[in-house]
Amino acid sequence: MSQTNIIPDFVMRRSFIELNGRARAQSLFDEGTWKELVGPFDRIESPWLPMQGIAPQSDDGCIVIKGKIGGSAAVAIAFEGAFQGGSVGEVSGAKMTAALDLATKDSESGRPTAAVLLLETGGVRLQEANLGLAAVAEVISSILALRQHAPVITIIAGTVGCFGGMSLAAGVSSYTIMTREARLGLNGPEVIEQESGIDEFDASDRALIWAIHGGEQRVGMGLADTLVEDDSEKIAAAVRSYIRAGVPIEHRSRQVKLYRDRIAALDTSQQIDPATLRHQWGNSTGGAR
Amino acid sequence: MNEQAGLRGRAWFKALTGNNKPKAGDPNSILAADAPFGGETALFLCVVPNLESRFPCVRDGQVGLEEAYALATNIREAIAEDNNKPKAEKRPIIAVVDVKSQAYGRREETAGIFFAAAVSADAYASARMAGHPVISLIAGQAFSGGFLTHGYQANRILAFDDDGVVIHAMHKEAAARITRRSVAELEKLGHEIAPMSYDVRDYAKLGLLFRLLHTENPKNPTEAEIAGVKQALAEAIEDARAGKTDLSNHLESDAAKQTRKASIAVRNALETQWETA
Repeated sequence: MSQTNIIPDFVMRRSFIELNGRARAQSLFDEGTWKELVGPFDRIESPWLPMQGIAPQSDDGCIVIKGKIGGSAAVAIAFEGAFQGGSVGEVSGAKMTAALDLATKDSESGRPTAAVLLLETGGVRLQEANLGLAAVAEVISSILALRQHAPVITIIAGTVGCFGGMSLAAGVSSYTIMTREARLGLNGPEVIEQESGIDEFDASDRALIWAIHGGEQRVGMGLADTLVEDDSEKIAAAVRSYIRAGVPIEHRSRQVKLYRDRIAALDTSQQIDPATLRHQWGNSTGGAR
Repeated sequence: MNEQAGLRGRAWFKALTGNNKPKAGDPNSILAADAPFGGETALFLCVVPNLESRFPCVRDGQVGLEEAYALATNIREAIAEDNNKPKAEKRPIIAVVDVKSQAYGRREETAGIFFAAAVSADAYASARMAGHPVISLIAGQAFSGGFLTHGYQANRILAFDDDGVVIHAMHKEAAARITRRSVAELEKLGHEIAPMSYDVRDYAKLGLLFRLLHTENPKNPTEAEIAGVKQALAEAIEDARAGKTDLSNHLESDAAKQTRKASIAVRNALETQWETA
């Protein structure tokens, strides 16, 4: 028996989740085509964290890389979950908005430039509260402007997940790629337990959390598009295929009636069973697009 | 503690539209009406508490699933009806904002409130990009995901200037707990660090507001105050029509040039490096 037969695939594969935000973004690009913009050596840091005795980081936890993916112009913007929980601050938010706007400008002048958002984030950075919230509004606006011309692809790989205001950024993306280790939701379980009580959400119930927020569920119910293994090459291939596919005929977030009707049909007299919901939504037509 | 969300919103919706009733088909938490405004018609939208909502976690004036989709439906209808009109004739859309927060509920998370919020933000932004002046009047609270869903995509934002107005990413008690501070410490920090502040006069320093307005009793405005607010809204509409349809004005005011120096530096640096990459 040869070695390749006895070593299962998952041993040989290159994990994406184990990469940091910068390496994740780099891994998506065609070799030798990419360059990081406004990187750590430009030292544009949060002006607000040092005022509160918190060490800033020289990239503010946001990495912008421009280059080619599958031969097409693209920009990747990654939030580093290991810095302040991937939170949106003034600088990290401005980086994302500015990169999206430059991609829009290029796209409008005949050079379509797709954007890939790597979102590992708990949402707004509370130390920069209102500038973080404003930045989220600006990011959403800039995604909506770009996606008319070129696809905006969100990757949520884990393990931080995508929560808070940036979950809306995922919601308005052209395509969302998730792994089984990723979660996507507006409010994390701890926040719900804190605000509405343990009867509403027991944040220690891991099975419940994954059943609601997990990548398998979000893709299964049609609120994300593709479930990919934690494998760098497979994730990069998924990104390439969405860039080739281009702008969807109708973005999911414009399908108001479909989703409003689905909410109207929910029985809210008790908690909603995630598996049943997945079956109902996943089986009806329209779903992803 | 903040006052009950929605009382100011309802009062101002009524003051501006003469109407106080939900439309057929909308949940009781949504007030939506086309009303005459300055010689044209404007669409007014407001989220108010509905104690009988079938979603328990929105009953205090939070923005939940039904609210987000109802807002989006009303906005999309206005966009469609005005589709063939020239930009100058597209109706203004005015969000009266007084929302406690997004809904913190398990039903909401299960059914994808993140996406519902995105659908509503998309509708507001699409209206703006199509040329509708989208104006937010913050009459009371504008918290977090509630504000992102209802109002933050506006191209002009106005707010009252009293202590009942709170614009923030998270209410004080929770923000204190998460950042491991006391509420008193948090309030003190707010006075030194504008983006942390719960005071709308500090929020004004961020450069995001078109104007601060004053009323003596925002829950019970006088005729003269209503006229003054209408005048300010009309000026905001005119200004929006004369400006761009994106949010670039966020960084153009004198206040923004002071407070958001870092944002402006990022944009300049990225633009320079983008050309050579």
